[in-house]
Amino acid sequence: MFKIGAAICALWLAAAFLAGVLAPFDPIKDQNVNRRFTPPNKTHWFGTDSLGRDVFSRVLFGSRLSIAASLATALVSLFVGMAIGGIAGYAGGIVDDLMMRFSEMVQSFPPLILAMVIAAALGPNISNSVLAMAIIWWPNYARLARSLVISIKENDYVSASKILGASHYRILVKEILPGAIGPMLVMCTLDLGNAILMFSGLSFLGLGVQPPTPEWGAMVSDGVLNFNYWWISTFPGLAIFSVAIGANFVGDGIRDYFDPKMRREDWRETRKRKKEKKNEEDNI
Amino acid sequence: MCLALARFIVRRLFLMAALLLGVSLVVFLISHLVPSNPVAANLSQTAMNNPDTVAAYIAKWGLDKPVHEQYLLYMRNLLKGDFGTSIRTGRPVLDDLLHYFPATLELSVFAMVVAVILGILFGVLSAVFKDQPLDLALRTISVSGVSLPSFWFSLLIMSVFCGKLKWFPSGGRINPRLFNPTGGTGIYTLDAIMWGNWGMFADSFRHLVLPGLVLGFFTMGLIARQTRSNLLEAMSMDYIRTARSKGMGERRVVARHALNNALIPIITVSGMGFCNLLGGMVFVEKIFSWPGIGQYAYLSATTLDFPAICGVSLFIASTYLAINLFIDIMYGVVDPRIRYQ
Repeated sequence: MFKIGAAICALWLAAAFLAGVLAPFDPIKDQNVNRRFTPPNKTHWFGTDSLGRDVFSRVLFGSRLSIAASLATALVSLFVGMAIGGIAGYAGGIVDDLMMRFSEMVQSFPPLILAMVIAAALGPNISNSVLAMAIIWWPNYARLARSLVISIKENDYVSASKILGASHYRILVKEILPGAIGPMLVMCTLDLGNAILMFSGLSFLGLGVQPPTPEWGAMVSDGVLNFNYWWISTFPGLAIFSVAIGANFVGDGIRDYFDPKMRREDWRETRKRKKEKKNEEDNI
Repeated sequence: MCLALARFIVRRLFLMAALLLGVSLVVFLISHLVPSNPVAANLSQTAMNNPDTVAAYIAKWGLDKPVHEQYLLYMRNLLKGDFGTSIRTGRPVLDDLLHYFPATLELSVFAMVVAVILGILFGVLSAVFKDQPLDLALRTISVSGVSLPSFWFSLLIMSVFCGKLKWFPSGGRINPRLFNPTGGTGIYTLDAIMWGNWGMFADSFRHLVLPGLVLGFFTMGLIARQTRSNLLEAMSMDYIRTARSKGMGERRVVARHALNNALIPIITVSGMGFCNLLGGMVFVEKIFSWPGIGQYAYLSATTLDFPAICGVSLFIASTYLAINLFIDIMYGVVDPRIRYQ
C-alpha cells in the first residue's frame, strides 16, 4: 500500500514540476470557443471546457497549486502548533493553561465554517485559503507538541543541559525538538490528504483560487455548471482523489513504520529469519 | 455511580458553556479584525452611493459602537434566546436555524446509521480475513471513503444515478408537486410514518438515499479503518487464545470477545466522523439542493452575514460538544471499568 501511495505521489510531483513541458496546451491563454465542449479525443485527452481550454493541460498545471497549498498548510500549522504547543508544554502553569484553552476555543469551532468565514472575509485567493486552513489546523499540532514536550522534558539529558546553564531556547530547540519532530512529521503526512481535500473544497465553493487559474476544485465547480459534459469535472476530481489516496497511503505507511505494533513483516524478512533459525538449529 | 455520572455531566455542561462563549468570541474577533466591510458586502452599489442608506444600515446593526460593546450587546441578547437577525434573509437567525435543522438532522442521522453499520461490518470482515483479497478490497473501499472529495463524489453519483440511470430524483427533499408537508416534525420520513402516508414516505426516502450515502461514505471509511486495526490488536490478546482453546466458535470469539474490547476507539472515531459529517454537509447539501444547515452556513459565510455565521457556528459547535458528551457517557456503558471522575 505504501509503495502504491509513494508511486502516485511521485507521479504527481513529477507532473507538477514538468507541467510546463508535458502540457500540450497553455492552461489559461489557449482558449478557442470553436472547440469548446470537445469530448476526450486524441488531441485533447481529457476534452475541453466551456472556453475551449484543454482539460488535460489544466489538470497538469492544477497539481502545482494543490500540492504546494497542502504542503504550505501542513508546514505552517506544524510550525505554529509546534511553537505554541512546545512553549505551553515547556513553561507549564498559567502559560500552558492560557495557550491550551485558546487552542480548544479554536478547535470547538466547526472547521469548514471557520475556513469559509476566514476565506470569505479576507477575500478569496490562494494565500488566504492556506491561511484559513492553517488557522483551523494548528491546534491539533499544538496539542501533540505539548504532550511530547511534557514527556521529553523529564529526561535526564534535559535536566543535565539545564544544570549546565543552557538557555530555555537552547533546551527547547537543541534538546527537546529532535525528539518531538518525528511524531509531528508523521501527523503532518497524515494530514496532507485532508489538506488537499479541503483546499480544493474551498476553491470549489468559490472561496479559494479564482478563475482563470487552473485549480482542481474550481474546475470541478465549472463542471457543475456544465453538467452534461462529464469530462470537465470528472478528470480534475479524479486527480484530487488520486493525490489524496496517495497521500493517505504514504501517511498510513509512515505511521505504521513508527508504530511497532502495526508494523507488518515483509515476507522476505520472514524467510530470512526462518533460514537463520534453521541454520542455528543445524549448527547445534 | 449515578451521582458520579450526574456530577460528570454537570461539569461538562459548564465546560460546554465556556467553549461556546469562546466560539462566539472567535466569530466576533474575526468579524471585527478582518479588513472586510460588512456594509459593502451587504448593500448594492447604488445603495452604497447613498450616504443615508449607509448610515441607516450602520445604525441598525450597531456598527458604529466599540467592539466590546457590540459583543456585550450580542451576548445579552443571546442569553435571552435572541440570536439576532440575519442580514441576508432578514429573519431572526434562530427561526432560520430551526427551519433548516430538521432537514439536516434527517440527512445526518441517516448517513450516520449507514456509516456505522457498514463501517463496523467492513472493518470486522477486513480484520477476520486479514491480508486476503476481501480485506484488500474492503480496505481500498474504506481508504477511498476518506480520500474522495465529497463535492466531486456527490456530483459523480448524481450524474450517474439521477442523470443517466434516472433511478433517483436529482435533489431536494420531496417532490413539491405531489406533497406539501406542513406541520409535524419537519423530518419528512418520520412525519410520513406517523401520518401513515406511505406514498410520501417512499418519495422522501428516495430523495434521502443518495445524499445520505455520499455523506456517510467518508465516515464509513474512518470507522472501517479504525475497526480493522483495533480488532486486529484485540485478536492478538491472550484472552482470545483462551477463548479459542476452550473450543469456542470463531464467530462467537470475534463478536463477543474481540469486538467488545475494540469498541471504545470505534466509538471515539464515530464521534469524530459525525463531526466531520457536519462539515461534509456543506458540499452535499449544496449539490443535492438539500435545504439544511450546511447550505445556510455556506450562504451566510460567503455573504459575510455575521449574525447568521455566529448563530450557525454556535449551533454546530453545541451539537459537536453534545455528541462528545454523549460519547464520553457511552464509554462507561460499553466498558463498565470506566468511572466518571
